[in-house]
Amino acid sequence: MQSESSTTTPSQHAHGHSVELRAVSVASTPNTAHSDTAIKVRGFSSWYGSFQALKSLDLDIPSRHVTAFIGPSGCGKSTFLRWINRMNDTIPSARAEGTLELHGKDLLAKSVDVVDLRRHVGMVFQKPNPFPKSIYDNVAFGPRLHRVYSRAELDQLVERSLRQASIWNEVKDRLHASALGLSGGQQQRLCIARAIAVGPEVLLMDEPCSALDPKSTLAIEELIESLADRYTIVIVTHNMQQAARVSDETAFFFEGRLVESGATEAIFTKPRNKQTEDYVTGRFG
Amino acid sequence: MSSAPPPSNGTSGVSGRTDGGPVPLASSAPYRSVARRVFVNRAFLWACLITTNIAVVVLAVLLISIFWQGWDTLSWKFITSFASRKPADAGILAPLMGSLWVCTICGLVALPLGIGTAIYLEEFSKRSRFTRIVQTNIMNLAGVPSIVYGILGLTAFARMFGAFGTNVDDAIAVGNGEGLLYLRLPFGSSVLAGGLTLMLVILPVVIISTQEALRAVPSSLRAGALALGATPWQTVWGITLPAAIPGIMTGAILSMSRAIGESAPLLVLGGLLLVFNTPTNLMSDFAILPLQIYNWAGRPQDAFHAIAASAIIVQLGVLFLFNGIAVLIRQKLQKPLQ
Repeated sequence: MQSESSTTTPSQHAHGHSVELRAVSVASTPNTAHSDTAIKVRGFSSWYGSFQALKSLDLDIPSRHVTAFIGPSGCGKSTFLRWINRMNDTIPSARAEGTLELHGKDLLAKSVDVVDLRRHVGMVFQKPNPFPKSIYDNVAFGPRLHRVYSRAELDQLVERSLRQASIWNEVKDRLHASALGLSGGQQQRLCIARAIAVGPEVLLMDEPCSALDPKSTLAIEELIESLADRYTIVIVTHNMQQAARVSDETAFFFEGRLVESGATEAIFTKPRNKQTEDYVTGRFG
Repeated sequence: MSSAPPPSNGTSGVSGRTDGGPVPLASSAPYRSVARRVFVNRAFLWACLITTNIAVVVLAVLLISIFWQGWDTLSWKFITSFASRKPADAGILAPLMGSLWVCTICGLVALPLGIGTAIYLEEFSKRSRFTRIVQTNIMNLAGVPSIVYGILGLTAFARMFGAFGTNVDDAIAVGNGEGLLYLRLPFGSSVLAGGLTLMLVILPVVIISTQEALRAVPSSLRAGALALGATPWQTVWGITLPAAIPGIMTGAILSMSRAIGESAPLLVLGGLLLVFNTPTNLMSDFAILPLQIYNWAGRPQDAFHAIAASAIIVQLGVLFLFNGIAVLIRQKLQKPLQ
């Protein structure tokens, strides 16, 4: 597998024809030479009815790293994200072909139990969507779906999740107050705590900061960094500075194609593709 | 702002980088008069106030006249006596208990059925031709006159299409006719047949109002639950239904209020006027309050008009009781969050 060649420079694997680069990601930082591929994508295409939203993607998403998907609106990055936890199943006209594997397990197979898959692949949405319940119940909702916990275990789990999501200190005195009383940034961190609580390996984040102010955005970004050594994080963002700040790997999508992917630093400083360069330098998009 | 630049498309494709000051809107367009807009705004406010007050005043006049007429004859004896030819001795025990039995049966059947149907249609069914047909028919059923349901109830529940003979005495019966556990086929003009007939009347309304309540729950909450690995059932039970409960209960209150006031379908079914016992089981005969009120109000003697008014007060009391229970349930189910 090409992606296992860990510390190659971006130019070394830039093969493929001019427009449609066969983009293959590599582990970015030297100290993670052994990081393996969490999600393997080969020849992945998807459709909404007759509209082809994604065109033959090839990508390796490394385990326990942050991978950012960037690209202009409508380029398919959110669509792809929603395939990884099969949220697109709720859209009747959506279908997909190709290879999409999580640790070697085919995610598109009929036999995949999406309920079990989503326990392993959590998701944080663009707009914070806390349940109209207490803060405690928001976090406890996920774990309770899957297992029968004792009260003490659940208390522990809730605290641990809220601590990991760096929101424990702000809410520890009002765990049983409504989650809707929190600020937007707090709500989003609560949603991250909620996603963490079921113990996923992968966290998908669909523009998690686009509805937040800069201060809350910073808090979320710091949180993402702190989670990166435990979770495989895939983040869709419109904000290129954000991609540059938080991600190890970046994949640039354009019009349903994966134009280029690789170490974030390389994508932003030495992009191989003209479209990527135009996009990351703000000339279009 | 005399000459705005023409809206050229020369923004060179770089988004969010339009330099220069604010572009004035088409500057030759005349302004609307501020004074006029403020006036229209105020006039509309007054129009709304007047319509609201008309409704309140009409209701107040109605209530006051009813209490004026009926308060004196309303007594504990009136509530605990059976019917009589003499207005002074007449009471409403039988129709009161009949209404309570019929409406309780109606609610116990209509609410689970209606809420269940709405959950299926909104949360589980795929948009297919079948569900569209079902949906359209439910909409149409909500507009069917209630007397038509009375005829349906008479055929389907009271007589059961004649499948068990046409004489109630020939009915297949299980249990002791005097006891609580007694069932017979067909149902005849019993509280069960009455309750089920009223259930038909309010079922479409319950379904539609529940659907509206479920639709009002943001889909982001469903997505949030599904993304945590909830099954569709866990999503409905844990998230969607609790969020929709206030709307569902409001629909239930309105439906039950309608059921308790309905008289036409039960008239067709054979709701009786002179009943001298209260229902003891699902097969008991029954009278209902609206029919009793109608009967008394239609008599020439003033004394009967007075006890009709008293019966209306009792009916309103029952209505408040039902609604109160529904509000209590709503508050119980909505776990109080500060």
